Amino acid sequence: MIDKRVKSLADAVAGIKDGAVVLTGGFGGAGSPEALYGALLEQGAKDLTIVNNNAGTGRTGLAGLMDAGRVRKIICSFPRSAGSVVFEELYKEGKIELELVPQGILSERMRCAAAGLGGFLSPVGVGTRLAEGKEEREIDGRRYVLEKPLRGDVALLKADRGDRWGNLIYNKSARNFNPTMAQAAALSIVQIRQFCELGEIDPEHIITPGIFVDRMVVVPV
Amino acid sequence: MPLSRKQIAWRAAQDLDDGVYVNLGIGLPTLVADVLPEGREIVLQSENGVLGVGPAPGANEIDLDLVNAGKQPVTLLTGGSYVHHTDSFLMIRGGHLDLALLGAFEVAENGDLANWTTDDPTFPPGVGGAMDLAVGAKEIRVLLEHNTRSGEPRLRKHCEYPLTAAKVVRRIYTDLAVIDVTQDGFVVREMVEDIDFDALQAKTEATLHKAPDLKVLKAPVV
Repeated sequence: MIDKRVKSLADAVAGIKDGAVVLTGGFGGAGSPEALYGALLEQGAKDLTIVNNNAGTGRTGLAGLMDAGRVRKIICSFPRSAGSVVFEELYKEGKIELELVPQGILSERMRCAAAGLGGFLSPVGVGTRLAEGKEEREIDGRRYVLEKPLRGDVALLKADRGDRWGNLIYNKSARNFNPTMAQAAALSIVQIRQFCELGEIDPEHIITPGIFVDRMVVVPV
Repeated sequence: MPLSRKQIAWRAAQDLDDGVYVNLGIGLPTLVADVLPEGREIVLQSENGVLGVGPAPGANEIDLDLVNAGKQPVTLLTGGSYVHHTDSFLMIRGGHLDLALLGAFEVAENGDLANWTTDDPTFPPGVGGAMDLAVGAKEIRVLLEHNTRSGEPRLRKHCEYPLTAAKVVRRIYTDLAVIDVTQDGFVVREMVEDIDFDALQAKTEATLHKAPDLKVLKAPVV
């Protein structure tokens, strides 16, 4: 019988290794797996590369992990937001590496990895500093740069509801990066607000089918 | 009188036709959502996966799972929908949006856009969705104040700051004028009443050309 639920947050993040590439869902706070960040802080993995749209705010969640010195590198599109104090301090002191990626390229690179592809040609950033050093090709008169897939060892995600097969649905714009990240990581870990019985979610409404989910933990917030 | 920020947004909103799909960048363009012309169905797309963004919620309707690109709470129009990020940027990059209204540090007379970094080593750069939008929407228009706080021109011969995209901007709305980017450079379509053309030119680094039917730029109190 398939049941992807684990008993605790500690079980959910067990085995994440030092040096892991961790994809984390969320756009600002919406869809951000705050409880799983807390569990990863407790778990102790370090030297992490985090892939997120932003770079955390306040001193908890992603910012808490960075504040504790666990994050070596962040790959994101928009690190600075109101309250991104921890990142800004680390950045000024040269204590964190930043790879800035245009937002749609960030998600498409993950989709590309998820789809088993070796890269894609993108017109985004052509002729700008963010395309420097990238292989360029012209197709039908338009210039493109080669973007490479971005794969995660782990994804930490948040969904609204899930069943024991790991089928997920999300709430409004909290969906954001979560479905693509679930597809792009070797181990996808999801905090869900509410567990529901198999068959309760209309198959036509399932956004992330359970094949992309490995562990689920219920966090009723 | 120069236009207020909200009046710049109002002016840009007047040019949105019934039925257009539009993305609003963060900052000044976000204000456009609050001053849309009545009687037109304008579908606002937000990069974080919202199609059909509605007005700001009342104090009791705030849902932190429903936000815009600037992470401010919004609502969803009847008929609106949610998509994940990869599909949202498929809309953005794949030419499915009629228009993107973006903010900028600088625009050059050939349409070059600079809006992602000032190269300040203590201020981390942030590109967000700007580069995807700049090459992907069918048309790019920019809203910005004509000059910086210290009076430096933002409409340039060449952008001083690193580019977001080359030759993409078609129309510019500032607190002083509405300007089209054409083969011949900047063409002033409208300007506020209490400034003359030479004074506007003096506030602009690039050469300005006067449209044959130059109009007065006026906005109501909004």
